[in-house]
Amino acid sequence: MSRTASVRDRLASVRPRGRISPWWILIGLAGVLLLLSLLQLVTGANDLASSGTLRATLIATVPIALAGLGGLWAERAGVVNIGLEGMMILGTYGAGFFGYHYGPWVGVLGAAALGAVGGLIHALATVVFGVDHIISGVAINIIAIGATQYLAVQTFTGLPGGGQTQSPKLGDVGSISIGPLSEALGQVEGRNIFFVSEVAAFLRALVTDLSLMVVLAAVLFVLTYFLLWRTAFGLRLRSCGESPVAAETLGVNVYRYKFIAVLTSGALAGLAGGFLTLVASSNYRDGQTGGRGYIGLAAMIFGNWRPTGLLMGSGLFGYTETLGLRQGGDSVHALLLGIAVLLAAVAVWQWRSRQRLSAGVSTFLAIGIAIVYFSIDVVPGDFTRMTPYVTTLLVLAMASQRLRMPAADGMRYRRGTAG
Amino acid sequence: MSTPAHETSTHKTVVRLRGIGKRFPGVVANDDVNIDVAGGTVHAIVGENGAGKSTLMKILYGVQKPDSGTIEVNGAQVDLASPADAIRAGVGMVFQHFMLADNLTVLENVTLGAEKLHGIGSGARARILEISDAYGLDIRPDVLVEKLGVGARQRVEILKVLYRGAKILILDEPTAVLVPREVDELFANLRELKAEGLAVIFISHKLDEVLSVADQVTVIRRGTTVDTVTPASVTARQLAELMVGSELPSPSTETSTVTDEVLLAVERLSLPTDEGRALLDDVSFEIHRGEVLGIAGVEGNGQAELVEAIMGMRPGVTGVIRLADRDISGLTTRDRRDAGVGYIPEDRHRHGLLLDAPLWENRVLGHQTRPPSVKGVFIDKRSSRADTERIIEQYDVRTPGPDTLARALSGGNQQKLIVGREMSGEPILLIAAHPTRGVDVGAQGAIWQHIKDARRNGLAVLLISADLDELIGLSDRIEVILRGQLVGEFDPGEVTPEQLGSAMTGAREKA
Amino acid sequence: MTPRMTKLSLGIGAPVLALVSAFVITSLVLLVAGDPVGEVWSTILSVPETRNVANIINSATVLYLSGLAVAVGFKMNLFNIGVDGQYRIAAFAAAAVAGEAWLPGYLNTLLALLAAILVGAAWAGIAGLLRATRGVSEVISTIMLNFISTSLVAYMLRRVAVREEGSNIIATKQVPERSRIPGLSLSGEAGTEIYGFVFIAILCGVGYWLVLNRTRFGFDLRATGQSETAAVASGINVKRMVLASMLVSGGLAGLVGMPILFGGAYSYGSTFQSGLGFAGIAIALLGRNHPIGIALGALLFAFLDEQSNPLQILVDVSPDIVKITQGIIVLTVVISYEVVRRYGLRLEQRHVAQALERPESKSPEVPA
Repeated sequence: MSRTASVRDRLASVRPRGRISPWWILIGLAGVLLLLSLLQLVTGANDLASSGTLRATLIATVPIALAGLGGLWAERAGVVNIGLEGMMILGTYGAGFFGYHYGPWVGVLGAAALGAVGGLIHALATVVFGVDHIISGVAINIIAIGATQYLAVQTFTGLPGGGQTQSPKLGDVGSISIGPLSEALGQVEGRNIFFVSEVAAFLRALVTDLSLMVVLAAVLFVLTYFLLWRTAFGLRLRSCGESPVAAETLGVNVYRYKFIAVLTSGALAGLAGGFLTLVASSNYRDGQTGGRGYIGLAAMIFGNWRPTGLLMGSGLFGYTETLGLRQGGDSVHALLLGIAVLLAAVAVWQWRSRQRLSAGVSTFLAIGIAIVYFSIDVVPGDFTRMTPYVTTLLVLAMASQRLRMPAADGMRYRRGTAG
Repeated sequence: MSTPAHETSTHKTVVRLRGIGKRFPGVVANDDVNIDVAGGTVHAIVGENGAGKSTLMKILYGVQKPDSGTIEVNGAQVDLASPADAIRAGVGMVFQHFMLADNLTVLENVTLGAEKLHGIGSGARARILEISDAYGLDIRPDVLVEKLGVGARQRVEILKVLYRGAKILILDEPTAVLVPREVDELFANLRELKAEGLAVIFISHKLDEVLSVADQVTVIRRGTTVDTVTPASVTARQLAELMVGSELPSPSTETSTVTDEVLLAVERLSLPTDEGRALLDDVSFEIHRGEVLGIAGVEGNGQAELVEAIMGMRPGVTGVIRLADRDISGLTTRDRRDAGVGYIPEDRHRHGLLLDAPLWENRVLGHQTRPPSVKGVFIDKRSSRADTERIIEQYDVRTPGPDTLARALSGGNQQKLIVGREMSGEPILLIAAHPTRGVDVGAQGAIWQHIKDARRNGLAVLLISADLDELIGLSDRIEVILRGQLVGEFDPGEVTPEQLGSAMTGAREKA
Repeated sequence: MTPRMTKLSLGIGAPVLALVSAFVITSLVLLVAGDPVGEVWSTILSVPETRNVANIINSATVLYLSGLAVAVGFKMNLFNIGVDGQYRIAAFAAAAVAGEAWLPGYLNTLLALLAAILVGAAWAGIAGLLRATRGVSEVISTIMLNFISTSLVAYMLRRVAVREEGSNIIATKQVPERSRIPGLSLSGEAGTEIYGFVFIAILCGVGYWLVLNRTRFGFDLRATGQSETAAVASGINVKRMVLASMLVSGGLAGLVGMPILFGGAYSYGSTFQSGLGFAGIAIALLGRNHPIGIALGALLFAFLDEQSNPLQILVDVSPDIVKITQGIIVLTVVISYEVVRRYGLRLEQRHVAQALERPESKSPEVPA
């Protein structure tokens, strides 16, 4: 029949709406590497994109990204999860305890499990009892810090290598390496060819001693994307965060999906903590998380509540954190120039889209940063440590009004408000 | 076009309502409603606000259960205890306030909750395109809903119910938010649906539109069916009279207190929107000292916007507002209140009260800049309490005392408090928006008396109401607002029901 | 029961319910961890000596100020999680100013206090400005500012600080003797002094209550927090209120470190007490943003902190267990307040109906 034919034609011309397609990510990555190569050339700071730096960036990025992923699951279902930090802390303890007694991979499970316990408390408080999401999150953070410190004293003192605030050394989760490739890339990197060496460095970081937990994290990211955007389950979950009232009228059990989402959120945050304990370092220590739960939230906002954006944001934060630690002052100093140039570009773009005031502010900032760059040689350690947080503030200030959070995020939902 | 494959051919009754009744505490929403809807037709249900149309449709969709009466769908009696039951019976409803998630695509919104029917991928996409083509809905499945205009969103809602297999569609005030072009598009869609054998029930109060698209029109007044007519056999005026009743309440016979002095002058007030539909379109009027100007009109035609514009609560308003020769167009809400504007809001819970605060603090609300609420920078609790007691006494607010929380009072008493508070500020202009909505009869009478007293004391009163009793009983002059414009001025003592009804609903004069 | 008695018992009922639940849950945690429940509680609930009482009052003073600061934000429905960062940067500023001693004696103290208030207010004001103008959630921005404050203070400390003799601690210059606020000794023995600042803290509490409940500004603030729509209709400028309340909250937060600075530590160093901001959140919730409630909450938390110190030595249990209790209290408090509130509302409606000697009448709403 003519109608089915026309439908087939229409189908062919209609493509599913792509979020940021993979190509853009690669292009973006290449662009960043190019910029860094340029900066290295211009400023002489050599460590901006070495494989060592990039490898450390990867290690720094994963916990932030996993925490942010946890935040994404919860907020997509409409529950704000400020308690990510606390759930992460629970995860570090879980990895420390179970990792020591039963081996590193049980530690991974333990981290996720304890994180999920934190998620359970949050879910009960917000979904069942209707507590304000922020208050519940803050409470969980307080509880988590107290609980892990208490448990650490009770369970780690007296163990060899352990103490009141740390666990004994833990086993390794294992890593993979492609030896010959790593070698070859290392040679390319050593040649110092503009841009090519940087790309080699990046690839080398991926194939040398790549922890299995990094692979796990990557799998989780892909899984999240498919689950949330390609299945009926994910559609219903997201509808709870966008319009729970509409979802209810269509027969979706909003409470159930919120619950599942928050539990998953806790488990992911716990995994992030586990990574810190098992991969980024070799044991549990009090205060290991250092606010990464909050930075994960910021990365999630930066990424507009999407996995790809979240990944990019986490990469940004991980990179700035790494720079601050290695060679510190030189690298961040060089970065200032890059930021000044970027801000200038942003100012031009804003001017052209008629945001005069914002363009003025950006120009002012760009000039200010350029002046700072030229007047000092090295950025003091304290300021480099601030970079993730200042970046978060800047991003939020500039983009808050254009970002799209799930429409019903943070809403205290009660059944029966429809009709 | 394919011929309908099912047995419901045109002219066979698909929905039969008999003796439907529904009461709420203190009010009868529906009483002995009888309607027959035939397949392959567009059946309109008309009536004023509060006539009981929406309650009836909620009953048909399973959101409410009737107290009495029966519902038959396709010849079989059904018990609709929830929307799921209604959907199973083949009934689909498009609410006046769309149930769509802005950040999701059309496809996602349509398949939500019905993923088992066709999945959420290419199968669903194909089905959506199929339905869209069959009925001329012109819907692209992968567009974000927030990018769609109102007309398109409505079509998505229609598609949602068709996707779930509805053969009987209920549309609740579908044209309330559409511009004329979108209305034509919608009617074209309805005609397609009708031609495919579906039944469309269409609730509205816009008589001209109803007459142009419906095959049958049922009029509901005060909760009961008045008559069912065919458009060919009736004029808009006759229809309006059926809607409004053949007799209007008689206006008050007090001597007029209207003077020559202009206290409120509104000139060319406009409020455009992005979509090209103006919420307020070049509105100009004057109110004199001692005069009550009543604005009549069906809800959603710009009354709320007019009030907010005068109060300064709406950005983007152009035009001039003068209060006793003083230009207040640029002033903030607080300054306008200080200049002498009193405001009895339409939604007292959202705009008029702090529900969890005691009455004396509510007395202060909106009057934080003057005695008796305030002494310098301090809140004067003693004077406020004393004045609140005065208001309680004078306005007969039934409450144990001024320390009671506002939430604990009944609607009528809350409203009386608000009236007393706003009058106490010695305003020049009093804006009363639906002042007796949700208020018991006793309080209603009292509030009416207070407004009459205010008028006698030399206030200018802007009265917005959907209650004709109220308008005719209180106003010295009535203006009708339709689609953001003032379309007719009437004398309450002489206006006829058809005139008022026609103006309010836009029915054109027929020769 | 008269209405006042009902209100009072409901007012007390909720926190009591919350505390009891929190204690029960803590006991469960102890049981699971295999710790002696009875001994832990008997240690904590033992009668404190005078020395402990002094410590409790001192801690409570500091916590009280923190709770007040958070409560101001809560009254406007704003979450000032940044009290922690605000008080530290303010304490540093005050310590630096006091150390320089540009003015003599107590004038110096006043100047330093002023610096603390202004700096705290400004730091919170950043978040307030971002919220009012760009819609940035103050939750995230204040948390970020906390971290930035830590680094900033560390940097500035390095620049202006003096190394204490014979120790590794760097700190600002000592506050001169004439600028210190003398303490009050409870029993004449050493170590039983309470901060003189406690009186200022009480004044702050009174001021808090006065401003919020008796001034126009306070009325506007509370109205905006209760119903933004009603506030707008009544003429309040909501954006201005957001900024103003963050400024006030930050100003109060600035005072949090002052009792310690002028009553004990006399300088700001790397070991200055931290973490007082989060406790403030819990206390404000427990005290339901009421100055007396917050005081009681502060005393309770201070009591728990102090009494748990000997737990390690006496019973071999980590004192951190009370941190768990404190966190659980936050949750149980909010939940039990909600439960009690709904119950109380029903009681009041019934009472109103009775007082009017009319059967409970519902207003006949006009159906749509």
